[in-house]
Amino acid sequence: MTKTPPAAEVEDLPREKVERFDRELAEVLKRYPSDRKASAMIPALRVGQEIFGHLSAPVQRLAAERLGTSPSRAEEVATFYLMFHTRPIGRHLVEVCTNVSCCLSGGERIFEHLRGKLGVPNGGTTADGKFTLREVECLAACGTAPAMLVDEEMYERLTVAEVDRILGSLE
Amino acid sequence: MSETLILTRRWGKPGSASLESYRADGGYRALDKALGLEPAAIVDEVKRSNLRGRGGAGFATGLKWTFLPKDVRPRYLTVNADESEPGTFKDRYVIEYEPHQLVEGIAITAWALDIHLAYVYVRGEFAKQTRILEKALDEARAAGIIGPRLLGKVDFALDIQVHRGAGAYICGEESALLESLEGKKGYPRLKPPFPAVVGLWGKPTVINNVETIANVPWILENGGDAFAALGTGKSGGTRLFCVSGHVQRPGVYEKPVHYNLKKLVMEDCGGPPGGRKVKAVIPGGSSAPVLAASEIDVSLEFDALKAAGTMAGSGGIIVFDESTCMVRALGRIAKFYAEESCGQCTPCREGAPWMEGILHRIEHGEASAADVDRLEQVAGNIGGNTICALGDAAAMPVQSFVKKFRAEFLRHVEERRCPQGEHGWGLEQTTRAAQIGPVRT
Repeated sequence: MTKTPPAAEVEDLPREKVERFDRELAEVLKRYPSDRKASAMIPALRVGQEIFGHLSAPVQRLAAERLGTSPSRAEEVATFYLMFHTRPIGRHLVEVCTNVSCCLSGGERIFEHLRGKLGVPNGGTTADGKFTLREVECLAACGTAPAMLVDEEMYERLTVAEVDRILGSLE
Repeated sequence: MSETLILTRRWGKPGSASLESYRADGGYRALDKALGLEPAAIVDEVKRSNLRGRGGAGFATGLKWTFLPKDVRPRYLTVNADESEPGTFKDRYVIEYEPHQLVEGIAITAWALDIHLAYVYVRGEFAKQTRILEKALDEARAAGIIGPRLLGKVDFALDIQVHRGAGAYICGEESALLESLEGKKGYPRLKPPFPAVVGLWGKPTVINNVETIANVPWILENGGDAFAALGTGKSGGTRLFCVSGHVQRPGVYEKPVHYNLKKLVMEDCGGPPGGRKVKAVIPGGSSAPVLAASEIDVSLEFDALKAAGTMAGSGGIIVFDESTCMVRALGRIAKFYAEESCGQCTPCREGAPWMEGILHRIEHGEASAADVDRLEQVAGNIGGNTICALGDAAAMPVQSFVKKFRAEFLRHVEERRCPQGEHGWGLEQTTRAAQIGPVRT
């Protein structure tokens, strides 16, 4: 029987990706005093997520190891912050603000439109793995509401037609 | 009469974020002036300006700076750019249009307080703003403005770094921000000790909001008295008011700190669309107690709004017109606090989702009048019983909405439905032309 693909240990992670992680982490660490490496947990996990796709347990352990801190510290950060994903998500993450100011300008309609269009519930991923949709909290775009993030880039003054155009332009 | 614009003067001008543009318009002159002054004189100038924190608490900035213990080093400066309070969207534009104004403010503050390392904590969702700020910092380093020497002329090392969060409202709370900056989850700390005494990595730390720090260059250049004269009493300067919701011209308006709320909403922003009437206004971010339409003829100054039973908070003004369902609106606010409670304190962790649930049932006609009372009871048991202010922030909107619009809550209960039905967010929910930039009158 062959071993199932998901890496269980740091050693199982693809070597070239680990090397890329180490190179990018070295840049990140320049921003913190050399005796305060553990402060770089958020940027380290961000780099890890970019390279490995999501923050699996071995990726969390890799970050903890390199920063000289405990795996539980990496786990607490990976699970506390909304922008980190400990499980795989779709190729494109669509996050619609449904907080008050956006809803007063139609944010809920935008979200409902996307839910119908993509056929997924809040937090769901389309069957083809292309989109993950979720509602998020205030994005500081209340004056140019409604707003959404697609792959961490902000789109404002949305209309249903504009949302369709943006999603249609994605591979 | 032309208004004095400190922060928005150059917003929208092409290339305003570049060092070249900033310098062409007189940028970094204030830092040059500051370097010729004794640090203590700068602190005095800021004290005289009556600058109060623009992040939410409105604490006197100069006074906050004096809480640093005299003989402990190193000290750190942390600028709070975790702009997440619903209804607030100003700091992002300071960074987008005037990143060097922020950098200059940081440099002056660091010089005044003998600080050699500063972090700007930018919320995770601000990818674009992070890029803009990092570019400005690169320019400032390359030009020798910061680095081993300040402005290339004074031997005073200053490093400024950006620390981008990863999505958590609670990290705007200053001690949670420090935890996050130390690479942990954002659990607020017990206070005292306050960050000025025990802050980042256990060292004395000043934490100021982006807008607060961006005011510092103008204060140095024009004097604390001139800044104070723009305001009133113990509140100096102008303020960035963010207006959103049911108004014809939402946007960021730079106005004297004591500007009238009704004038801002009805005249500057044109009031609600479609000739509808204002029903309610939240004056300082969603944590601030709501004002009924009859209460909005009030000064936006910190102490004036406090006297009116609410707070100036973060300057986020949300307007609801008469077609809005207040239960629906409050339910969404309650959901926000339930989502964002960090989970450390039981009253907030359990109470916020409880309130959200009750409000959901009221909105959908599944509640009784006793539930309205229970809502107030739960809110009353959260406020004041938590480590940080998020508990109060969750309770205050509930208490104020129920108190001021109780009849509407009871009508939902009696009719077993929402009277507005699917139009709970108002009759007109369209994108409107926003005013993001200098307001000329």
